[in-house]
Amino acid sequence: MPQYQEKTIVTRVEHLSDENVRLTLKAPQIASACKPGQFVMIRAALGKDPLLRRPFSIHQADSSGHIQVYFKIVGRGTDLLAHLKVGEEVSVLGPLGKAFTIDKDRPVCLVGGGLGIAPMLYLAKEISRSKTGSTNGDLVILGGRTKGEVEPVMADFDEIGIRTLATTDDGSYGTKGFVTELLKSSDLPANTQVYACGPEPMMGAVSLWCEEQKLACQVSVESVMACGMGACLGCSRPVGDGKYVHVCLDGPVFDARELKWNS
Amino acid sequence: MEFVNTRGPESGEPDLRVKIGSLELANPVMTASGTFGYASEFEELMNLQKLGAVIVKGISLEPRPGNPPPRIVETACGMLNAIGLQNVGVDRFITEKMPYLHGLNVPVIVNILGGSIEEYREITKRLEGVPGVAGIEVNISCPNVKEGGVAFGGDPKMAAAVTTAVKEVCSVPVIVKLSPNVTDIKEMAYAVQEGGADSISLINTLIGMAIDLKKKRPELANVIGGLSGPAIKPVALRMVFDASQVVSIPLIGIGGIESAEDALEFMLAGASAVQVGTANFVNPRASEDVVDGIREYVLEEKLDSVREMIGGLRLDWIR
Repeated sequence: MPQYQEKTIVTRVEHLSDENVRLTLKAPQIASACKPGQFVMIRAALGKDPLLRRPFSIHQADSSGHIQVYFKIVGRGTDLLAHLKVGEEVSVLGPLGKAFTIDKDRPVCLVGGGLGIAPMLYLAKEISRSKTGSTNGDLVILGGRTKGEVEPVMADFDEIGIRTLATTDDGSYGTKGFVTELLKSSDLPANTQVYACGPEPMMGAVSLWCEEQKLACQVSVESVMACGMGACLGCSRPVGDGKYVHVCLDGPVFDARELKWNS
Repeated sequence: MEFVNTRGPESGEPDLRVKIGSLELANPVMTASGTFGYASEFEELMNLQKLGAVIVKGISLEPRPGNPPPRIVETACGMLNAIGLQNVGVDRFITEKMPYLHGLNVPVIVNILGGSIEEYREITKRLEGVPGVAGIEVNISCPNVKEGGVAFGGDPKMAAAVTTAVKEVCSVPVIVKLSPNVTDIKEMAYAVQEGGADSISLINTLIGMAIDLKKKRPELANVIGGLSGPAIKPVALRMVFDASQVVSIPLIGIGGIESAEDALEFMLAGASAVQVGTANFVNPRASEDVVDGIREYVLEEKLDSVREMIGGLRLDWIR
């Protein structure tokens, strides 16, 4: 699996809301090798503090050699990245981890909650590209706490042509409520492949519901990690019986049944 | 030193060779245990052949699952980890990991850890004669496990006893990795030299903790962890210097090394070689960059050998 440590150039910085930022990077090597669901490790600063790279799922990648990440400012690292200027250089490591598995013959339902929306755009585009038949049965459900987390990315999903629904916790955009409620009320075909990414309780709920409905479900999970490539072993996740998987190598995409969810 | 040529094997190339006991390294740069996996993780991102040696993730007699997450947290200029020595166990290491490592044609030093002297000895016995194993690094200093390890690292008599037990069943050089979490590093260094160690590597991580103020709880599930990275470099330099005052065996410096300059400072302080650790996480090419930087330095300074740097610290200006 090709991996690169690439000096990328910032080509666009979009502040989609007060907290949410979308960064476009010229990264030809990574863009040519990556797949939906994979992630990159970005170095926020050149100095010793902050020291470690930060993991980000790939939000978009295109044939012109660009990748995008979509993130929320939560600490110093993301704050530094949010304040990058066009033309600045950033070291990016990737593509890393396991990608989503796409079956072009099955209907799909993509569920993205909060920052879990990030990998869903790339996935939706790739599914749309790979399908030769109709995408009428396909569905994207995007959820966030408020309008600012969902509304700015809706146009990108609408362009793909897959039916996209929005929901917010406070009802400021789309329907009021959680993505899981929309998911449960959607009449999905029996062989639908569900993809989910978002907060842990959301993915736990989606996973449980899919199991009850006997629907296949792939989830993308996040974890703190130092290296992203299996060397630090920091990104462990319990799978029961005292055993762990590692998000960077075994994931970040898992079959939902492989993981242990806190109910 | 027994090098015949003062210059390296290829004309015009600087002489970067160093010796750790009977083990001759092409250059003084190794990867620190626990920061480089089993090397294959890095093959896409760097030239593994350029390393002086590879030190692999600590190996125990039985496989270990490690500690519950969160296992790592970033701190100022460093990180805390409580991985808990997760590893595949010595038997699987030999069958699954060692053939690849042997194929690299780079000296492989196996870091070992045990809960008792007998365990250390048993792991060493199983590694004895395995093709490609060029050295053993005895970890008596991991702060993240309840039994063994650190218990030996805090007691000079125990440390010497473990060293002697490993030496008795081992034909390759034995390096003992010391903990900084002791009152007197000199005492520990002297004890393991007397126990028969061929070399001493120092330092392992410093015991630390980090607290999440919002949640009012420790950041690590294990509560405490090992601090590494640039934050610990001054402590490590001092301990290498201290140890160099009391032992005659080669020292290997570890602690916040991410550049050739860092490495060369450790050599001035008395280290014959260095290990690059946490920097591997940030820059997978870090160890290769350190080798390149040392090579440039030796050329620019027109040194006969990098060995001139070892213990070259000038103290004569101090009145």
